[in-house]
Amino acid sequence: MSLDLKNLGYEVEGEKYLTDVNLKLEPGSFNVLLGRTLAGKTSLMRLIAGLDRPTAGSIYMDGIDVTNIAVQKRNISMVYQQFINYPNLTVRENIASPLIIAKTKASEITRRVNETAAILQIEPFLDRYPLELSGGQQQRTSMARALVKDASIILFDEPLVNLDYKLREELRSELRDLFKERNAIAVYATTEPNEAMALGGVTTLLHEGRVIQTGLSTKVYRNPINIEAAKLFSEPAINLIPGRLSQNEVTFDDSVHFPLDDDLSKIPPGNYVFGVLPSHIGLVPNHDDDLEITMRMQLAEISGSETYMHVVNDHFNLVLQLSGVISYHIGDSIKVYLPTHKLFVFDQAGNTIQTPSQRIRGN
Amino acid sequence: MAEIHLKSLAHSYSKNPNKPADYAIREMDHVWEHGGAYALLGPSGCGKSTLLNIMSGLLSPTNGQVLFDGIEVNNIPPEDRNIAQVFQFPVIYDSMTVFDNLAFPLRNMKTPEVKVQSRVHEIAEALELTALLKKNASNLSADEKQKISMGRGLVRSDVSAILFDEPLTVIDPQLKWKLRRKLKQIHEQFNITMVYVTHDQLEASTFAEKIAVMYGGQIVQFGTPRELFERPNHSFVGYFIGSPGMNLIEVQRSTNGVKFGNTHINLEPEMVDLLAEMPSDNIKVGIRPEFIHVWDGPNTDAFCCDLMHVEDLGTYKILKLKLDGIELKVRIDEDQTIPKNKAYISFPEQWLLVYVDEFLIDASSEQQGIE
Amino acid sequence: MKKIPNNKAWFLVLPVFLLVAFSAIVPIMTVVNYSVQDIFDQNTAYFVGAEWYREMLRSPRLLDSLLRQFSYSFSVLLIEIPLGIAVALMMPAKGRMASVSLILVAIPLLIPWNVVGTIWQTFSRADIGLFGWSLNAIGIDYNYASNAGDAWFTVLLMDVWHWTSLIALLCYSGLRAIPEAFYQAARIDRASSWAIFRFIQLPRLKSVLVIGVLLRFMDSFMIYTEPFVLTGGGPGNSTTFLSQALTKMAIGQFDIGPAAAFSLIYYLIVLLVCYLFFTIINLQDKAK
Repeated sequence: MSLDLKNLGYEVEGEKYLTDVNLKLEPGSFNVLLGRTLAGKTSLMRLIAGLDRPTAGSIYMDGIDVTNIAVQKRNISMVYQQFINYPNLTVRENIASPLIIAKTKASEITRRVNETAAILQIEPFLDRYPLELSGGQQQRTSMARALVKDASIILFDEPLVNLDYKLREELRSELRDLFKERNAIAVYATTEPNEAMALGGVTTLLHEGRVIQTGLSTKVYRNPINIEAAKLFSEPAINLIPGRLSQNEVTFDDSVHFPLDDDLSKIPPGNYVFGVLPSHIGLVPNHDDDLEITMRMQLAEISGSETYMHVVNDHFNLVLQLSGVISYHIGDSIKVYLPTHKLFVFDQAGNTIQTPSQRIRGN
Repeated sequence: MAEIHLKSLAHSYSKNPNKPADYAIREMDHVWEHGGAYALLGPSGCGKSTLLNIMSGLLSPTNGQVLFDGIEVNNIPPEDRNIAQVFQFPVIYDSMTVFDNLAFPLRNMKTPEVKVQSRVHEIAEALELTALLKKNASNLSADEKQKISMGRGLVRSDVSAILFDEPLTVIDPQLKWKLRRKLKQIHEQFNITMVYVTHDQLEASTFAEKIAVMYGGQIVQFGTPRELFERPNHSFVGYFIGSPGMNLIEVQRSTNGVKFGNTHINLEPEMVDLLAEMPSDNIKVGIRPEFIHVWDGPNTDAFCCDLMHVEDLGTYKILKLKLDGIELKVRIDEDQTIPKNKAYISFPEQWLLVYVDEFLIDASSEQQGIE
Repeated sequence: MKKIPNNKAWFLVLPVFLLVAFSAIVPIMTVVNYSVQDIFDQNTAYFVGAEWYREMLRSPRLLDSLLRQFSYSFSVLLIEIPLGIAVALMMPAKGRMASVSLILVAIPLLIPWNVVGTIWQTFSRADIGLFGWSLNAIGIDYNYASNAGDAWFTVLLMDVWHWTSLIALLCYSGLRAIPEAFYQAARIDRASSWAIFRFIQLPRLKSVLVIGVLLRFMDSFMIYTEPFVLTGGGPGNSTTFLSQALTKMAIGQFDIGPAAAFSLIYYLIVLLVCYLFFTIINLQDKAK
């Protein structure tokens, strides 16, 4: 089954939730909707599910207009942020519930429940009640319920947000493996760029109710079409420094200068915003054209295996993403190395002029 | 001044505990030194909240002592312990102004009003709350409320330790790092012992100089964020810290080291000797995905693995490899070339750790861990 | 998230609208109709305009019972609210005793008004009632049938016995909703029990107390059965509150016109009090 959204719009009492959304979802694809809270992710999912009706545009499934078809007839499953299960039914009965409603044969139900429970590793808990389980197991149960009925579209609305990070890691990779063998369309909403990357597949960036970019996650990540896309799809967010590009050099905020390389010299002179990913800045130089800047330490956030270093000087601030655990004192002066060949360049309107991957290709 | 010493401490919620599983806290000895910034890190149900409540005095331990500067406080109620606590959800007195909130503990102790004034202003300044002092506390944002809860602990000059119980749970993600920074500054400015309880490695490692990792009612490691990352003392620490966590492989002893399947890993002679002395057969080797070396091509020192899957996370890539039926995760940099079908890897000796009965075996120093 | 407005939904409200029309709007309009006429019998009625309203507002009967009514309702609130809070604070928070005390406290609420009246009527009799007899036995001259103050006291006591439980239960649920962390924080801040009550419990009981005050005010303002069973409004008119004065006028004397005017004034007073009440509460909320 393919899903085609054409010019979808959704507004309530003059407030626009979605504007002109065009998307084509292929059968068997894993689609991530990435956007901040209130970007319209949930609204879009509710339209796809048929829980709300769009105020503009139409939805086609396999070429058939289903815009006005009720949710019960769309063969859709949904997994929510909260762990939603029937508290008075056992895990087994919970998982079986969609099949019972569909009047499936008893032997078939047993087989499919066991099969789904095995995939999600909840077999030992089948005869317990949801509230006796941990959060992760509860969410596995609600996922099993969504997966058991062979829906043609499965919607996930930030399903892992209430779990701790170790469980997230595990469930994320299970989910991805699960969908390799299915022909269903998966739509997965999240606010976290890392989650979108880890799930792979296709990422659609939503911002203020509009689609700003859609494509293979790795491609969108490396070639954001504008500043907003770059900000949305980076965690920690991309460093942005306003600067001026003249005949022979670039100046950041009137403070740091460096000469143009071949790629930068192709850009007409003027004011631009330069972007550099936190992971591209280092504490040691590793390329000839690395720009040395002296900064002041603000905070080192340590994620266990990575360090996010917040640094500042009189003109701008930067965040560095470094592998390993590195500690400094607040206020320490440190030198950072910014690779000028890995710059993103955006014009004043925010459109992308150059990305590092285009530049590498150009060389 | 406060050094918090937990001496032979154990706690059980059941009336007649007789087996280790009955204990929420298994017998431990632990010292939080004066003026340190510490974190107590662990998954839910590991006993960290129990331990926190024992320190704050809301719970009385089944066995052992809680000593503040050498004085037993087991039977001293929370209000007389000179500690403050910041809870998961901001606790503020919502019928009062910010000023009155901060002044509340001082006024309860009948502090002269002049002193209340100066002290509250001093603390408000440090917490950047001065502009809000006259506002009603109920209309503030979660991060401001949380700063007030902290301020109520700081105003008292007799407070020598502040306990934090997942204090950033309800704070907006964008504001979290600012509050983390404030916390660190406050710690440097006021010479106070701080213990921060959380299940989040980022919170713990960012805040603390030293982290106590709790697992199954025990503190399995007490070390700096760097030690937890580079030399996890327990297999759980290896798994829990870092994403992805450490690769842990079950192995058997072999002549020059250890083996699994047909793969032999050579270890230093000291380590081999040490392993031979150990009675247990529960041996694992651990290596972090960051530390596995990937060769560009075949190499005599390298193990040949099948490449199962590549996860491109943008800033880095995770390779999932299979070596003799064992799945390994390897982290490589964004620019590093991805091997095709086969990958050649080796385990640098300094990063290959050996665990017996889940605890780290250290050949260089004396045996650690199991006690 | 907001929903798309759907005007068809108004049709679903129609049955309720009709029901309210028949149960409230039509009867009220009938009363309004009566209040502007002088009715002699079914076929003889004269339009008198605002005559009855003028008369009623000057009538000592209405004014006296109105005064009595207000002092009664305020006494009820003054006693039941603090007492209810006190009872709620004393009730155990958890365990077996919590359920036992909940049941005990709830029992008075299950007893119908007229039964409460009858119980206290007997219980307080100076000759055979345990309460009345005991008071006299220890030297307090007490007889609700002859002494106006005693009758008043007895009606008030009845109401307190009957309805303090409601306030107690409301406050109990309000208290249980306060997270444990607040008490812990207060202990660490070395707050006294009074400070805990004043700055944690009371502010957080505000919303339930608003409901409690409103319910008890409205209910006591309509009091009828208890004084009727006890003394029939006496001795004299000492326990004749508004509703009883009205009933006497409308059914006892069949003065339909003045009674209608009386009841509309009564109705407006209740509305006015509620309106004032809500305005004050809202102003307080906005001031925050």
